[in-house]
Amino acid sequence: MIPLLAKYAAKLAATGLVAPDDALLAALDDELAWSRAGDVRQPLMQEIFAGLNISALLLARPAGVYQAVMAELARQALADGAGIITPGDCETRTFLHDLPVVQGLQAEGVIQALRRRKGCVILHGDEAFVAAFGTVSPEQAYVTMSSMCFACFVAYFAQHLRDLRSGRMTPERRAEFARIKALLPPDRSDVPDLAPGPFASEDAARAAMIQAGRRTVEYGLVDSYFGNISYRLPVNGVQTILISQTGSSLDELGPCIDPCRMDGGNCAAITASSEYSAHKAVYEGEGVRSRAILHGHPRFSVIVSLDCPRLDCPNLGECHRACDTPRCFTDAASGLSVPIVPGEVGTGPFGLCNTLPQALTATSGEKRGAIVYGHGLFTLGEADFRDAFATLMDVERFCREEYFRRVKRLGGGRTPAGEDSRAR
Amino acid sequence: MYGWTGNILRVDLSTGQHDVLRLPQDAYRAFLGGKGLGGYLLRGQATLPPGHPDLPLIIAAGPLTATIAPTSGRCHLTTRSPLTGAVADSSAGGRLGTELARAGWDALLIVGRAQRLTGIEIDDGTVRLMDARALAGLDTAEVFALLRQRRKGGSMAATGPAADTGCLFASLMVDTHHAAGRCGLGGVAGAKNLKYLAVRGTGRRKVADLPALKAAREDILRLTAASPALLGQHGFSCYGTGSIFDLMDSRRMMPTDNFSRTRFPGAEHLNAHAYKTRYQPRRHGCQGCHVLCKKIAADGRSMPEFETMSHFTALIGNTDLELVLKANDLCNRLGLDTISAGSTLACRREISGEELSGARVLELLRGMGTGVGPGAELAQGSAKYAAIMGRPELSMSVKGLELPAYDPRGAYGMALAYATSARGGCHLRAYPISHEILRKPVATDRFSFSGKARIIKIAEDANAVVDSLIACKFLFFAASLEEYARAYTAVTGVSATAQDLLAIGERIDYQERLMNAQNGFSAADDDLPPRFFNEEGSSGPGLPIPPVPRQDFLAARAAYYRIRGLTPEGLPTRETAERLGLSWPQGLDTALDAGLDRGLERP
Repeated sequence: MIPLLAKYAAKLAATGLVAPDDALLAALDDELAWSRAGDVRQPLMQEIFAGLNISALLLARPAGVYQAVMAELARQALADGAGIITPGDCETRTFLHDLPVVQGLQAEGVIQALRRRKGCVILHGDEAFVAAFGTVSPEQAYVTMSSMCFACFVAYFAQHLRDLRSGRMTPERRAEFARIKALLPPDRSDVPDLAPGPFASEDAARAAMIQAGRRTVEYGLVDSYFGNISYRLPVNGVQTILISQTGSSLDELGPCIDPCRMDGGNCAAITASSEYSAHKAVYEGEGVRSRAILHGHPRFSVIVSLDCPRLDCPNLGECHRACDTPRCFTDAASGLSVPIVPGEVGTGPFGLCNTLPQALTATSGEKRGAIVYGHGLFTLGEADFRDAFATLMDVERFCREEYFRRVKRLGGGRTPAGEDSRAR
Repeated sequence: MYGWTGNILRVDLSTGQHDVLRLPQDAYRAFLGGKGLGGYLLRGQATLPPGHPDLPLIIAAGPLTATIAPTSGRCHLTTRSPLTGAVADSSAGGRLGTELARAGWDALLIVGRAQRLTGIEIDDGTVRLMDARALAGLDTAEVFALLRQRRKGGSMAATGPAADTGCLFASLMVDTHHAAGRCGLGGVAGAKNLKYLAVRGTGRRKVADLPALKAAREDILRLTAASPALLGQHGFSCYGTGSIFDLMDSRRMMPTDNFSRTRFPGAEHLNAHAYKTRYQPRRHGCQGCHVLCKKIAADGRSMPEFETMSHFTALIGNTDLELVLKANDLCNRLGLDTISAGSTLACRREISGEELSGARVLELLRGMGTGVGPGAELAQGSAKYAAIMGRPELSMSVKGLELPAYDPRGAYGMALAYATSARGGCHLRAYPISHEILRKPVATDRFSFSGKARIIKIAEDANAVVDSLIACKFLFFAASLEEYARAYTAVTGVSATAQDLLAIGERIDYQERLMNAQNGFSAADDDLPPRFFNEEGSSGPGLPIPPVPRQDFLAARAAYYRIRGLTPEGLPTRETAERLGLSWPQGLDTALDAGLDRGLERP
C-alpha cells in the first residue's frame, strides 16, 4: 500500500497542485500506512480516520494559484454563511456536487464535512487545505483533491467574469484578481512530438494513444488525469474503436484501452469511457475524414464556455443541458471556429452524445474541435493525434486570451452584449 | 413518521389470523427496513430449523420504497436457509415492494404452517387467506396466469413445484420474471404451505421534503447516465446483466467445467450480443427503475441473467444458446435458483464423468424441481450431493451456497468476499467486481489482497444499507451512499450522512453474524473450496491465473476479522455487539464455549 500512497503524493506534486511534501496520504487496512513517515500531521489524520468508516485519507495544502483561488472562495463561502463552494463545471456537478468549507484545521470539523462529501476545503488562518477520502483506494482521494483544485480554479475565474458582467465587482476583489492572475503559470507553446499516422496496426495505434494521453496530462490540458482518447482502425477486418477505459489515467493508459467493435459484436465498451457513445457517433458521422479523437478539460476553454452575456436568459441555471442559443468561438486569425454545445456526461436524455457529435462533425478546416459547456473540449485528428493535440492547445490558448480580453473589456463597466459570435 | 407507516403485517398461517405489529421508532432508525428490518424481526427465532412453523419468512420494504428515489421499488426477503442453515436473505425486483408499501405495510411477517396449500392476498388493509389447493403442482407461470384472470394490477409472488417437493434451493418468483432466487427462500414458503402472495396497494408514501428528494434523484440519475456499465451502449440497460459476459471471458475468470478452468473456448459466440441478435429481447425492469436491465425475449420468455448465461454454458460444457433459454425458463417455472441448479449440475457432471446433452440437462432440472426421477437427488444442493458421493471437495460452494459466475482466482477481493459473505457463496454482499473489474469507483489490483480486508468490510456495510433503504446494488456502480443519504433524509426527515448510514450497515451485518454464530458458523465456514488454492486457472499470454495464494488469503481474512470486530475464529464479541447497539443473543456464550456440535445444529 505504501508505494501506492507515495505514487499519488508524488503525482500531486508533479502536477503542481501541491508543493513537494505538502501532501500526506494514509491508507488503513487493519493498520495505518503513510505516504511519508514522521509527518507532524499524522496525529490529526489519525483522529479523522477514527471518526470515519473509510480506507484512505489525504490532507494537502494546495500550491500557487490553486492555493489562492481556493482560499478566496473559502473565505467567500464562510462569509456568506453557506459554507459551501458550488462550482458550475460539469465534473463537479456530476461527481462532487458541491464542496463544503470548514473553518480551522481541526479533526471534528473535517470529520463532519467528510461525512457528507468526498472532500472538503479547510480554511486555516489565511491558508486553504484540502481533505479527501477513499473507501476503496487512495486514488479516490487523489482524484477528489485534484478535481477540487480544477473546480475551484474554474469557479473563481468564471465567477470573476460573471461579477464583472453583473456589476458586482469591488475594488478589493479586483485587487485580489490581479494578485491571483500574476500567479498563473505561463502558457505553454511548445508542441509535443507525437507519432505520425495513420496507424495500420492495433499495437501502433495503442502506442500513439498512450503517448498522446501522457502529453495531454503533462501539458495540463485535463482535470486531474481525466479526459478520454480514441482511435479508429480496422482490426481483423472489423472497424474498431480503441478507446481509453472509464476512469483511466490518461498518463498511464497502458492496458487501459478497450477495443470496441463498431458493429457491436461484443460488449467490450462496458468498461470504456463514459463518452464512448459520443466517440462512436462522431466516427459514424465522419466517415473516412477522421481517425482520432482527443478530449481534454483545458481550464480556460471550460471557463469561457461558462461565460454568457444573457443574464436574463430563461434557461439560466440550466445552461449545461438546456442552452438553446447557438454559440461559437471564432478567430479568423488562427482559423478557429469552435462551437459550444450543452450536454451532460454520458448517455442520459441530456447526454452530450446527443449534442456533441452533430456539432463536431459539422466543423471544417484544419483545426476541428467542439466545446461542451462547462465540461471540456473534443478535437479531431485526421490520421493521428498531432492535429488533435495542436487544436487542443490552440483553442485553449485562444480561450485564455479571450478570457482576459473580456475581463479587460468589462473592466468596471456593465455588460456589453455580443461577446459570442452568434453567426452560426 | 415519514418513510415508514409503522405497521408490520403479521400473518399466522397456522391459525389463519393476522394482526399488526408495531415497533418503536428507534428500531426503524436503527435498522431502516428491508434486510435490516428482516434481520431484526428474525433475531428471536434465528435458531429454529427451516421447516419449523414458527420460523418467520419476512418480506420487507424500505423507507425509500414507493418513492421517486431511483430503483427503490424492490423488497427484501429474510429467513433461515434450508440449504445452508445460515441467515437467508434475498432482494427481489418486480413490483412487490412497491405494492406492499403502497398498501401501507413496512413489512409482511409470515409465521405458522397452513393446513392446506394457501395464498395470501392483500389489498391495502384487507388481508385474506385463500385456498390454493387448486394450484398444487402447477408451475409458477401457470400460477401467475390463473391468478391474473381474477386479480388485475398489483404484484404477485409464487413458488413452483420445487418448493412443494422440498428442494433446498427453491426460489420464489415475483411478477413472472423476477426471482428471490438464492438460499432456498421458496422452500421456507413451501414448508409453510404458502403457494402465493398477491399484494395491491393504492396509498402513497409520505415524503418529508419532496424538493430535496427530487434534487437527490437528479444527482443519482446524472451519475447513472455517466456510467458505461449501466446506461452505456454496451451496458446493462442495452444488453442486460449479460453484458459482463465478454469481460469475464477476456479477464479469464469465467468458471468453466465446475471451476476447474477459467476460460471457455467459444465463449465469444455465447455473449449478450449473440442472445440479442437471436432473441430480439425487449427491455423490462423493476418498479421505479430507469435502467431496465431485465430482458424479455420476443416469445415472452425471460432472458437469462449473466450468472445463468455463464453457468448453463461454460460451467457445464454447453454451447447451445437455446438450451440456456430453455433451462432458464424451466428453472423459473419450477422455482429453482439457477445459480445453485447450474452449479449442482456441474458438480454432478464432474463426479459422474457424464457429459450432459441438452435433453439430459432438462431432465435433471425436472428431477430437481419435482423430486421425481433422475435429478431428484440433486435437490439438496451440491454440498450435500458431493458429500454423499464421497467427493465433498467438488461442491463449489461456501457455507453450502453455490458460487456465482466470477472465478475467485481472477479477483482476490471476490475470493475474500465469497468467504466472508454471511449467506454463503454470494457475489452481492460486497460486490468487489465493481472495482476489480468494472473500475468503479476506481480500479483496484484484482490480483492483490492489499487493502481488500477493509474494502470488503466497508462494502458489506454499504450493501447492507442498500438492501435496507431499499435500492438496487447495480446503481452503486455509479452512485454512492452520499447521494442516497440525501434521498433518505428527504423521505424520512431523519438527518443522516453516508457515514451515518454506514454505521447502520455495520449493525445490520453484525446482526447476521450473531445469528450465524448461534447456528454454529465460524472461521471454518468462511473459506473457499480447496480447488481455488491448489489449481491454476486458464492462464493466457501475459495473463497468468495462478491459484489464490492461501497464506495471503488467510492473512486478509484475519485482517477482516479484526476490522469487523470478530475473534480470530470469526466469531462475534460482546464488545462489538454492544458498540453497535445489538443485544447479545441468549445462550450464545454457552454455544460458543461448547464449540457447538454444528452437524446437529444445522439443517
